[in-house]
Amino acid sequence: MLVLTRKKEQSIIIGDDIEITVVDVQGEQVRLGINAPKNVSIYRKEIYLEIQKENRAAAEVKAVSLGEIFKRKE
Amino acid sequence: MLLNTKHFGNIEIDEKNVISFSEGMPGFEEVKKFILLGGTEENYPFQWLQAVDDAELAFVVVDPKVFKPDYIIDVEDGEVETLNIGNTENIVVLSIVVIPDDITRITANLKAPILINTENNKGKQVILNNSEYNIKHYIIEELHRIGGRK
Repeated sequence: MLVLTRKKEQSIIIGDDIEITVVDVQGEQVRLGINAPKNVSIYRKEIYLEIQKENRAAAEVKAVSLGEIFKRKE
Repeated sequence: MLLNTKHFGNIEIDEKNVISFSEGMPGFEEVKKFILLGGTEENYPFQWLQAVDDAELAFVVVDPKVFKPDYIIDVEDGEVETLNIGNTENIVVLSIVVIPDDITRITANLKAPILINTENNKGKQVILNNSEYNIKHYIIEELHRIGGRK
């Protein structure tokens, strides 16, 4: 992994259209500002991993009868 | 075209109903084509989102407005672009459902809804970065409250 040291308000450029700026540093927390094309998806990694895990769990659903889950009152 | 499906065997589908997910979905990034099946009265409010190229891959999905009428999502610019959203009225919002062995613990993922633009059949699972909605939202109580019984 490439490791760069940056100070508050300094940036890095990735490719020719992604810019990540250190907006603020408070103790262990770093606030990042990201400029990227609209079609680039940006996620907090732990959330993305959670969604992956949840999707995989959803794909494990067995041959349930969907009609059994919810029946409208007559 | 003939499609092999997880729950309906081989069925005939109309190719124009295939939904294109250009980015796949988290965990299934390589799966780009799905189709909605089983949206019948009997299955209400659930449907299957079946992968077109993988018979074994199918998700249960639900319209979250059925149990959470005040569900609101903020569609970001990136999604508007990816899905070529012209009119938001043409967007179908679905939540992926996990059904554990104990069916009363059924959950819907409100944090990462699927958006489908019915104008062009483009779909994307979006992650709501700035929302309080849960990945595991328990729905059985809410389903009962709106007038169902188990």
